Amino acid sequence: MKVLVPVKRVIDYNVKVRVKADGSGVDLANVKMSMNPFDEIAVEQAIRLKEAGQADEVVAVSIGVKQNQETLRTALAMGADRAILVVATEDVHADIEPLAVAKILKAVIDEEQPGIVLAGKQAIDNDMNATGQMLAALTGWSQATFVSELDIQGDSALVTREVDGGLQTIKVSMPTIVTVDLRLNEPRYASLPNIMKAKKKPMDEKTPADLGVDIAPRLTIVSTGEPEARAAGIKVGSVDELVEKLKEVGAV
Amino acid sequence: MLYGLSAEQDMIAQTVRSFVEKEIYPHEELVERTGEVPNEIAQHIKEKTLELGFYACNFPESVGCAGLSHVDFALVERELGRGSMALNHFFGRPQNILMACEGDQIDRYLMPAVRGERMDALAMTEPGAGSDIRGMKCSAQRDGGDWVVNGSKHFISGADHADFFIVFIATGEDQTDKGPKKRITAFLVDRGTPGFSVRDGYKSVSHRGYKNMILEFDDCRLPQAQVLGEVDGGFEVMNTWLYATRITVATMSVGRARRVFDYALHYAAEREQFGQKIGKFQGVSFQLADMITEIDAADLLTLAAADRLDKALPANREIASAKLYASEMLARVTDAAIQIHGGMGLMSDYPLERFWRDARVERIWDGTSEIQRHIISRDLLRALGA
Ligand SMILES: Cc1cc2nc3c(=O)[nH]c(=O)nc-3n(C[C@H](O)[C@H](O)[C@H](O)COP(=O)(O)OP(=O)(O)OC[C@H]3O[C@@H](n4cnc5c(N)ncnc54)[C@H](O)[C@@H]3O)c2cc1C
Ligand SMILES: Cc1cc2nc3c(=O)[nH]c(=O)nc-3n(C[C@H](O)[C@H](O)[C@H](O)COP(=O)(O)OP(=O)(O)OC[C@H]3O[C@@H](n4cnc5c(N)ncnc54)[C@H](O)[C@@H]3O)c2cc1C
Repeated sequence: MKVLVPVKRVIDYNVKVRVKADGSGVDLANVKMSMNPFDEIAVEQAIRLKEAGQADEVVAVSIGVKQNQETLRTALAMGADRAILVVATEDVHADIEPLAVAKILKAVIDEEQPGIVLAGKQAIDNDMNATGQMLAALTGWSQATFVSELDIQGDSALVTREVDGGLQTIKVSMPTIVTVDLRLNEPRYASLPNIMKAKKKPMDEKTPADLGVDIAPRLTIVSTGEPEARAAGIKVGSVDELVEKLKEVGAV
Repeated sequence: MLYGLSAEQDMIAQTVRSFVEKEIYPHEELVERTGEVPNEIAQHIKEKTLELGFYACNFPESVGCAGLSHVDFALVERELGRGSMALNHFFGRPQNILMACEGDQIDRYLMPAVRGERMDALAMTEPGAGSDIRGMKCSAQRDGGDWVVNGSKHFISGADHADFFIVFIATGEDQTDKGPKKRITAFLVDRGTPGFSVRDGYKSVSHRGYKNMILEFDDCRLPQAQVLGEVDGGFEVMNTWLYATRITVATMSVGRARRVFDYALHYAAEREQFGQKIGKFQGVSFQLADMITEIDAADLLTLAAADRLDKALPANREIASAKLYASEMLARVTDAAIQIHGGMGLMSDYPLERFWRDARVERIWDGTSEIQRHIISRDLLRALGA
């Protein structure tokens, strides 16, 4: 079975984001970029499937700017076998919308014929949480979102989903689209031998046009603003004092 | 990132950096407070490093290691430099001098060291012989096929965890025009060898938990098979291999300076006095400008020296310049970072005072700043007959 893992290049989670002066978005010039943390979890899971003998090839795909190569190299260094880069824009500030990404992934699926797609539940930059679901609709495959446990059993998979009320276990038929949540696994560090090998692994480059997909934006960002600054906190000496202070501000 | 690094080198640096942030930083406060590295933490770091193929990555592929170039390895150590020395001691980097092992020394010392089964320490310094290594008193006399050693070594780092020691010992004396000159031999000494003992050293203000110990030899008998390299060839072994420790000091100083700089930068961007961010005052912002300029300069100087080694060009002077500049830069940067933090910089609630203390030793060990200046200037003047 082949596993397809879409990985997005996003602003590093440690970076303190800054809104651009014109409010059109977040400033990404000279900012550290990394693989979307949920996608790292998806890559890790794909490699584990391969290590467990349930998958025989892990293919990472990234859609965006040329620099997404770095993100793909990270996936390869973690243990993915090969990579597909879809260069969809030259502008680091352009965000390819979920529907366009899902259409591109659909075209890649048609070519690659994977048995499962493991994606992050959302990207930490725009928090859309839509690509996996849209891809399921386009392919007609089953979908399992917010997954914290995954057990593939032949032509179906048993998955645990993290939902508001707790955990939900469902059975989906294969092939399937899985979007992974934080607690599924802890991604590994790239090993030194794998870092050295990553360069030699194949990376195909394509464009949306090659795949016959129109990526023209459908959404307009009206404005982007900083969240309200958090008020300074206070230190309390005891539980009693804490309760008293909470009462004072009407929190309990 | 600096110019000229490949995507691979970038990834090596990023990986080590995130390892240090996730596996080392969380334990630093404990090590600072207790002066000890708990064994289970040490073993965990070692196991993870082995698993990731980073253990002994300064050793070649011929002994099953990664065989990193000098530049690649400098990047690894630069990122390690961000974290506690006591903890990252277990991100094993055995002394590359062990490549001088021959015959069954390979299976007894070299291979166990690179596999993380046995840890090493290196001993040259004595109470009476620091910069002037040739002044050493610790000596070995031939007795049949063996050597009998007497004397002591001090300031020996990592000796508390070492299973064996690479010890430089005087094995004779030559009369020269400039007076008597010691002949020196390197020996491999196992912990537990009769007549050899390891005891607690001094408490150091720098690098808490990274202990220095005292070694004592009292009629300690070592068979000929314990000689590393040639008898009386100690200086050659030293010259062939010990340049590496100076690059280590330089590059770790750069990594630590970058970590310190980030604290200072963010503090300057957040702290307000006189109704504005202190970073708005040129008195503060110009300090930041100088700090980052010096850090980048030290980084480039160090990588350039490592690059010369990779290209097999003479690098003695360049390495000395890197060690000198980077360690002195770190002193200035940690001092300025404290200044920017005002009074809070001195308080142990913040890690700044630790970085400031830790910085102090970098100008002393592996050749003091004065000795580096000596190396640099002799290299230039000797060529002119002066
Ligand atoms: C924490 C710590 C750990 C160490 N770990 C190890 C270890 O693992 N193994 C090991 O073998 N050693 C180790 N050392 C020893 C270290 O390498 C020596 O401290 C260093 O070489 C300086 O020697 P010294 O301290 O005896 O100073 P000295 O040599 O006595 O120097 C005193 C002062 O005189 C100056 N000076 C000396 N000669 C000259 C000269 N020719 N020209 C100008 N100035 C000169 C020096 O620069 C210095 O300022 C460690 C030291 C420390 C502090
Ligand atoms: C051990 C200790 C004991 C102390 N004891 C006492 C005491 O008994 N009583 C008491 O009242 N206080 C005491 N202090 C406080 C001491 O006086 C302050 O730490 C000092 O005035 C600096 O203030 P700060 O630490 O808040 O730093 P900040 O004022 O926040 O300064 C941070 C940095 O910004 C720089 N900066 C600030 N404003 C400007 C500007 N306009 N232009 C350029 N640079 C600027 C500073 O020089 C510094 O580098 C003590 C401090 C210490 C560390």
